Amino acid sequence: MRADFGLEAGARVAVIGPSGAGKSTLMGAIAGFVPHAGRVTWQGRALAHDPGARPVSILFQDNNLFPHLTAFENVALGLKPSLRLSKEESLRVADALVRVGLAGLDNRRPAELSGGQQSRVALARTLIRARPLLLLDEPFAALGPALKADMLALVAEIATETGATMLMVSHDVADARAICGQTVLVADGVARPPKPTAALLDNPPPELRAYLG
Amino acid sequence: MTRARAITLALAGVVALWLIALNFGALGAVAWHAEGLTGLRAADWAAVRFTLVQALLSALFSVALAIPVARALARRRFRGRGVLITLMGAPFILPTLVAVLGLLAVFGRAGLVNDALAVIGLGPVNIYGLHGVVLAHVFYNLPLATRIILQGWAAIPAERVRLAVSLGFSPADRLRHLELPMLREVAPGAFLLVFLICLSSFAVALALGGGPRATTVELAIYQAFRFDFDMGRAAALALVQFALCLGAGVFALRVALPSGLGGGLDRPLPRMEYRPRAAWGDATLIAATAAFLLVPLALIVLRGAPHLVGLPVAVWQATLRSLWVALGATALTTGFALVLAHAILALPRLGAGALEWLGLAALAASPLVIGTGLFLMARPWADPRDLALAVTMLVNAGLALPFALRLILPALRDVAQTQGRLAASLGVHGLARLHQITLPRLRRPLGFAAGLTAALSMGDLGVILLFAEAERATLPMQLYRLMQAYRQDEAAGAALLLLLVSLALFWVFERWGRRDATA
Repeated sequence: MRADFGLEAGARVAVIGPSGAGKSTLMGAIAGFVPHAGRVTWQGRALAHDPGARPVSILFQDNNLFPHLTAFENVALGLKPSLRLSKEESLRVADALVRVGLAGLDNRRPAELSGGQQSRVALARTLIRARPLLLLDEPFAALGPALKADMLALVAEIATETGATMLMVSHDVADARAICGQTVLVADGVARPPKPTAALLDNPPPELRAYLG
Repeated sequence: MTRARAITLALAGVVALWLIALNFGALGAVAWHAEGLTGLRAADWAAVRFTLVQALLSALFSVALAIPVARALARRRFRGRGVLITLMGAPFILPTLVAVLGLLAVFGRAGLVNDALAVIGLGPVNIYGLHGVVLAHVFYNLPLATRIILQGWAAIPAERVRLAVSLGFSPADRLRHLELPMLREVAPGAFLLVFLICLSSFAVALALGGGPRATTVELAIYQAFRFDFDMGRAAALALVQFALCLGAGVFALRVALPSGLGGGLDRPLPRMEYRPRAAWGDATLIAATAAFLLVPLALIVLRGAPHLVGLPVAVWQATLRSLWVALGATALTTGFALVLAHAILALPRLGAGALEWLGLAALAASPLVIGTGLFLMARPWADPRDLALAVTMLVNAGLALPFALRLILPALRDVAQTQGRLAASLGVHGLARLHQITLPRLRRPLGFAAGLTAALSMGDLGVILLFAEAERATLPMQLYRLMQAYRQDEAAGAALLLLLVSLALFWVFERWGRRDATA
């Protein structure tokens, strides 16, 4: 798959396209999990080799939480993987959980949380990490429509608050319209440069029309 | 109820009765014939203590050493890694006496280590006693524990590793959040399995232990039976051993015992798998482990090869007898395992659970207790010495059954789930189904189970010592006699022969299982 484009800081970009076209591959390359030729740069400099050292927070389709750790600990990993937190850091973690609507659930493990609550824990972690680039690889695909809308609203809020640039894989063009000003279409082995979402969807090119049906 | 189902259940009933007789009836016979239990002496309690201490130490060392070795193997890729991991499965089918002879060649009075120590003027190390027994058990079980723990490492979900990498975990963070949780799940099972295996240790204690300070209960049963003709004591000791095994077995029911036998350890790890820079520590650890396992075996080959051709006729005759025993045990075990597995799938939950438990019960059974019981049960009808080989075959078959069942049951369950409905809709039942659908899909686990059973039975030294005379000796027994008589050269040759035949048996069956396996 080929991709050659740049994004403006603070942009919110949907990534749409048929299954198997390479949406997740694109996200993986940016996050540092997929080997690739060429360069991925951030503010003009090539990204570090180590995914953890990149200015990126990524939410995968599943397995975003450690099952043996509590909600609090899963969020705290975003600050310090050693979990040795100062008092001030503990307060920040607790605060992040309150912000995503999980007050009082600090000590629950993922198995004791609903799907929506699990997503909220992962989002609280991205909030606290506050990396400038937020990648969402369909983390809410398993949630119902109302819950998914709630999560997307929360994501938009977090992106605004942290000033993050956001890339979001989606199968639902309504989502793209709702919160993403721009859209990258991935089809036929190419990730096309971002276009304004409304214009793209109102006047789709042939590949997109085929996908939309 | 269909006819096939009725036949399956009837056969399973026969096998179940036989297993009950083997695992529990034998003990009853021992107790019955004892005509009153003789009180245990101080020496017997010492044997109980020694049994527990050596099993604890063996399990502790095996697992404690296996953890860093498995970690090193999990995170390094090098030439020969696959071969080394495969070789780590070999001690499991290695005849005990061969392993003991190999260890003697390294750590014994005239072994490599003492030669080296003498050069720098240090006194000889003595391999006999507690540390010798533990050393031999670690030699046996370190590879098994390593394979089990390595599976744990390989089973850490790739998604979780990915998450850890994306969050920038340091090695200490990985240890805490990925590796320790895995070890907490895997290590207790490995520990318990090694403990169970060492609890009924006989041949190792016979060869390297002995005396008042290093006798296991199994060895004490043998001595009471064979040398003192003290049935009361043998029976009392048998009850003690049964209680020990039962205790450990009840424990084992709570912890899921791993098998360490399966394959699938060569899964290439994704790129994001970390490779710490300090490669020297891992390399040293892997090299030391390989040397610990391979040098004794290499010495067996080197020392035995010149004497292989000139072996006495008695050794070749014993080899033939052992082959018959091994092949008979293999046929019985695979047959039993197939019948039990089919019945377990055909029965409702409670019955299936009971049957599976019965099939696995031999894991905690004592071969010497079973052998003694069968001897006593057979005595009214026949001269037990005539039955020595048949009894050995039956006991071997029973002891290998848990392993065979563990290999075959999951595979059969899989076949039933994936092809059961299709077969039923096409009306393929009974023998046709077994022949056309089930067996071809079970070839691999069947071949593996058969190879395992044949090799285990070929190398077993246990029950046969209770009642066989020289003219009915198996190859391991013949080897033991040569060692007792200090005929070192012939013993070396016989050990190599035993090693070769055991490995060849395993190889032939395992090969058969792989040949045009379509699964």
